[in-house]
Amino acid sequence: MQALTNRSKAVDRKPMTIWDKMYIPAIAKGMGVTLTHFFKKKATIKYPEEKRPFSPVFRGLHILNRDEEGRERCTACGLCAVACPAEAITMEAAERQPGEEHLYREEKYAAKYEINMLRCIFCGLCEEACPKDAIYLSETFAPANFARQTFIYGKNDLLIPDPKTEPELYQKAVGERGRKA
Amino acid sequence: MFLLEIDLIFLLEKAILIGGIITVSLLIAMYSTWAERKVAAFMQDRIGPNRAGPGGLLQPLADGVKLFMKEEIIPNASNKFLFVLGPALAMMTAMMTSAVIPWGGKIEVFGRSVDLQIADINIGILYIFGVVSMGVYGIMIGGWASNNKFSLLAALRGASQMISYELAMGLSIIALLMLTGSLSMKTIVEQQVVGLWNIVYQPLGFLIFMICAFAECNRTPFDLPEAENELNFGYHQEYSSMKLGFYLFAEYINMFISSAVMATLYFGGYDIPFVNDANLANSIGVNGVAALQGLSLFAKVVGFIFFFMWVRWTIPRFRYDQLMNLGWKGLIPLALLNMLVTGALVLLKQNGWQF
Ligand code: SF4
Ligand code: SF4
Repeated sequence: MQALTNRSKAVDRKPMTIWDKMYIPAIAKGMGVTLTHFFKKKATIKYPEEKRPFSPVFRGLHILNRDEEGRERCTACGLCAVACPAEAITMEAAERQPGEEHLYREEKYAAKYEINMLRCIFCGLCEEACPKDAIYLSETFAPANFARQTFIYGKNDLLIPDPKTEPELYQKAVGERGRKA
Repeated sequence: MFLLEIDLIFLLEKAILIGGIITVSLLIAMYSTWAERKVAAFMQDRIGPNRAGPGGLLQPLADGVKLFMKEEIIPNASNKFLFVLGPALAMMTAMMTSAVIPWGGKIEVFGRSVDLQIADINIGILYIFGVVSMGVYGIMIGGWASNNKFSLLAALRGASQMISYELAMGLSIIALLMLTGSLSMKTIVEQQVVGLWNIVYQPLGFLIFMICAFAECNRTPFDLPEAENELNFGYHQEYSSMKLGFYLFAEYINMFISSAVMATLYFGGYDIPFVNDANLANSIGVNGVAALQGLSLFAKVVGFIFFFMWVRWTIPRFRYDQLMNLGWKGLIPLALLNMLVTGALVLLKQNGWQF
């Protein structure tokens, strides 16, 4: 059979010699191996103080985006909900009233927008489906909680802070990778 | 009246010594659990406990608190008395061995010269063997009282393992006794203080003794009474909370004591290497020497404990038949051979051969 890697070795089926049967040399060798590891660099990341950098394609919790003027981008088209394989997204649309132009970018907006984080598989298809760059997955972890109900994230959980009124929070929410879109 | 007075001071002195040694053994056992985790971590390129206190030094306290806070469960079908007796016995036998180990030379307190040894009995080694073999009861009773077939199987394994390895251990000791001519631990150490360490005369004997000590302490690679993949957890499966803690703790005390015994029998005990203790006493006083001797023994013990851990994190567990094979067909004949050769050499030497 052809070997898959160049590291494969034929198994040695020779009967053990007396020297092998004493095990002592083999044990000493093994002890040497473990001792060298004693002085090797540690692979541990001290979690709360140090954090492992995320890969650029990491998909964490969702964020509903705003534009530069702080208006919600989502137009409640429902494409994300359609794209979602886990059927995690539900929304209700509402029409923008005159005088609300500073709140919503399009004429229609999501009055209610919920993602069930227990269903979501963080596939990112909603992000891809959105024509308005309104939803994307941030680098935050899905946090733990005690009640199932708390995993249904409403708009106030998802909406990114306003870049105008709360620039610091906004920057934090946008994270290291900078803002998409 | 006068006699009684002396006795009281003697009793007091021994009581303090016993208290001190028990405290030290417990402390060492506590920190062995910490060290075990650190050593394991370092050998696996991890850091180990580092949250409780600087360097995780308060970890044993945290563990202790955790064990005490956990729910005590005694299985309904178990024999309650024996169930509680098991860990107590394990703990007690582990502690009792320390009585005959000399922890240092003499110290002088208020003009009295005090031996740093609880009891210098002339059958020291036999006493150790006697007490250590009682340790089997801790495991056996624990496994039996749990009323769980896995525990019982594990306990049986543990008992047969300990008994078989005690044979080889005893035989390896006999060769040593031929050289020293005494069973008293103190005499054995004193001979090594003036002469060479016994390891020089008895390397094979030491190897056998050490392997048996591993088996007696149920340490990896001989921790068969606790094989979690075959026996769920072994003899202490039904134990929870501090009763489990005692079993685990007893293992660490056993490790400490057997390190001390190995150091005493083969590595000069409290002897400070390359130093003439009698000369040293002239310059820094008897108490100073005793402190240094204690430190020297302590260093050897710590070295052995580290060795125990090092082995544990290197060598995988033996299979049960391999264990028995090694004990009966490997170590016992080897120990007998060692005995024979030592006996022959001693005889030759007594008849005036020079070598
Ligand atoms: S990440 Fe995937 S599963 Fe989660 S809401 Fe978006 S489309 Fe649905
Ligand atoms: S988030 Fe995007 S895809 Fe989903 S409803 Fe809003 S605009 Fe449409």
